[in-house]
Amino acid sequence: MLPTDSKKALSFKRCIEDGDLVIVYERHDVMKPVKVTKDGVLQNRFGFYKHSDWIGKPLGAKVFSNKGKFVYLLAPTPELWTLVLSHRTQILYIADISFVVMYLEVVPGCVVLESGTGSGSLSTSLARAVAPTGHVYSFDFHEQRAVCAREDFEKTGVCSLVTVEVRDIQGQGFPEKLEGLADSVFLDLPQPWLAVPSAAKMLKEDGVLCSFSPCIEQVQRTCEVLRSDFIEIRTFEVLLRTYEVKEMKVETGAVIGENHDEKENGGQRPSKRKHVSNEDDYAVSHDNNSSTAATSVVMARPCSEARGHTGYLTFARLQCLS
Amino acid sequence: MEHDKDQDMSENKNNSNKAQDINPRFASEGCSVLLDVNDGDRLVFARLSGGAGLKIGNTRYSLKPLIGAPFGSLFQVESGSEEGSFLSRILPIKKESTSNNVTEDTRDNRELIDNNEAQNLTEEEIGAMRREGAKGDEIIEALIANSKTFDKKFQLSQDKYKLKKQKKYAPKVLLRRPFARSICEAYFKKYPARIGFLRVDALSLLLTMANVTAYSDVLVVDMVGGLVTGAVAERLGGTGYVCNTYKGNTPSSVDMVRMFNFTDKVIERIVQSSIDELSSPKTASPERVCNSEININESSASDKVEDVSVTVEARVVDDVVLLESKVIKSPKAGAKASKEAVEMWKENGFSSLIMAAQDQDPWSLAKDVLPLLSYSAPFAIYHQYLQPLATCMHNLQQGKMAINLQITEPWLREYQVLPSRTHPHMQMNSFGGYVLSGIRISTT
Repeated sequence: MLPTDSKKALSFKRCIEDGDLVIVYERHDVMKPVKVTKDGVLQNRFGFYKHSDWIGKPLGAKVFSNKGKFVYLLAPTPELWTLVLSHRTQILYIADISFVVMYLEVVPGCVVLESGTGSGSLSTSLARAVAPTGHVYSFDFHEQRAVCAREDFEKTGVCSLVTVEVRDIQGQGFPEKLEGLADSVFLDLPQPWLAVPSAAKMLKEDGVLCSFSPCIEQVQRTCEVLRSDFIEIRTFEVLLRTYEVKEMKVETGAVIGENHDEKENGGQRPSKRKHVSNEDDYAVSHDNNSSTAATSVVMARPCSEARGHTGYLTFARLQCLS
Repeated sequence: MEHDKDQDMSENKNNSNKAQDINPRFASEGCSVLLDVNDGDRLVFARLSGGAGLKIGNTRYSLKPLIGAPFGSLFQVESGSEEGSFLSRILPIKKESTSNNVTEDTRDNRELIDNNEAQNLTEEEIGAMRREGAKGDEIIEALIANSKTFDKKFQLSQDKYKLKKQKKYAPKVLLRRPFARSICEAYFKKYPARIGFLRVDALSLLLTMANVTAYSDVLVVDMVGGLVTGAVAERLGGTGYVCNTYKGNTPSSVDMVRMFNFTDKVIERIVQSSIDELSSPKTASPERVCNSEININESSASDKVEDVSVTVEARVVDDVVLLESKVIKSPKAGAKASKEAVEMWKENGFSSLIMAAQDQDPWSLAKDVLPLLSYSAPFAIYHQYLQPLATCMHNLQQGKMAINLQITEPWLREYQVLPSRTHPHMQMNSFGGYVLSGIRISTT
């Protein structure tokens, strides 16, 4: 998934090879990770697809089933991976992930500590940010989960950038060997305040810590503990609102029998749109059939269903005492 | 400077003994720094040199004490009787957890009357204290002692009062490393229009959605002063390329890149090339394919960075001098992309795209720029208006140029977290822009 040297840079590797991990895209909400093998076959509601047909095709290409239905084969990215990975725990999504990586000031070469590993959704994005020379040390107290995460990192090819260890960070703290080496620490624990003193020991001065908690009571207790060694303690909530876009026929009101107000205002609608977008040709296509007086317009509105809450993100910077 | 060496040794083995550390933790002379005055009240960029200064209130303070200090160190204004006041490094006192001190406070503001007579100390008396070299904290103590109403105040109001006086009489300056995060925040706070109202969470989304990582070749249309270009370069860490493309003949300014403390290695990876050059058929365009660097920064004057000419002082330690001579002849960001690079992109396509083009119609740009990407490459298009993005998304759908299309709007709310006083901030920014993201596909 991530190039670890210039020869494997993303844009160079465009053709599918035996052994590649690809994301099979049916629809925006139906995707599946598949490892390409010479004799492999993918079966879905559209029929079956032979992997041997895929090899040699560029990523991003359409491939057809025996019934003539097609899917797209995409290169895996941490974002796509987040959508297809098996949920062993509640995972972090793109809005929180993006904000965390930026606010933790993670850049290539950084050393980042994370606990717990969970399903590895954030770990993959952290790995992308520290590549090619940095490293992510991820800890989870759940043996089985750590094993699964390791397998996943192997599959996605980020295992050289992420090390997973089984360890109870709340109880034991981070391992001593990492003391003073971390540029950033990320905590996603039920009682993060227990891990804060150890995190402070791991961080370089001026390093940034982030704690993710769904409940405000957890935030409250964490902040109280943070105040002894950290500055710039800030808590955020970040969400995304998505929009649906549709082309719709709208009446412009030139029909007899409508009330007068609508007639006058309605006639102006297309020109109002011109004001927003200069590309009138693309956005508005006037219906040639003059008697209907309807215009098709591209319109957007927020989707009705949305995630209302994921968690609070608390950031803090280790005091500089040297 | 002693610290500097110690730090280098304990740090990542890869980074030691390099003249230019990719991720420096000490503010050296000539480097760009972000100064946070009074806990985020004001954010100021500066280039450190003996002559550089920072104005707080009516006084100009020399930034010399900051040279060699570790990033994250805190400075406070101290008044000296002879040379006037100056910035001095302070070490924060370890605070005990205040959780148990929350007493049931029954005081309220029923007896407070706003008649401007609460303070007995006059401006003149305070001025006299300062001339005598009283520390800021001492002035604040005096103000509290002479306030008729302080004792009657609710605990929270007492804290607020102290903070207000500290900001005025003993301002604090935090030395910060300029990162995409802090640069975006500083601009968003002061000049949001210049960066197209691109809020930090929106910027982080762009970088994520465009899968920016080491060794990638990222195409950008940056018309937000170089913020996106800089943020991408930061994530590339001196590998791959960020190529800023543009319509017509004039590249957009990427001035803001200078705020980042980029090493030469990173700067070299920031290039520009016009859409025409990138989309012309492979063999053509014999003119203009030379390595000559067009320096687009030269003429444009920056208004915030204090670019003080570098004067090498005699007492400066060797390695610093070495660093400075480098600073002088360092390459400028935004050189013209080499012929080889352009050919390579024509052959392989870019690995992703970010567009942040103010006052441009996203679709008319996207239809020219998207074909420059390799198949399966993700892209993210920022705009402050929703409708042009909706149109763009619709056209991409109709033309079957991309899949996984989505328009998202980030929402960000900050919280005050204090014992028994936790709530969202009273003021929030309600607009961070819109992002259209998707994945380019093969049309065949």
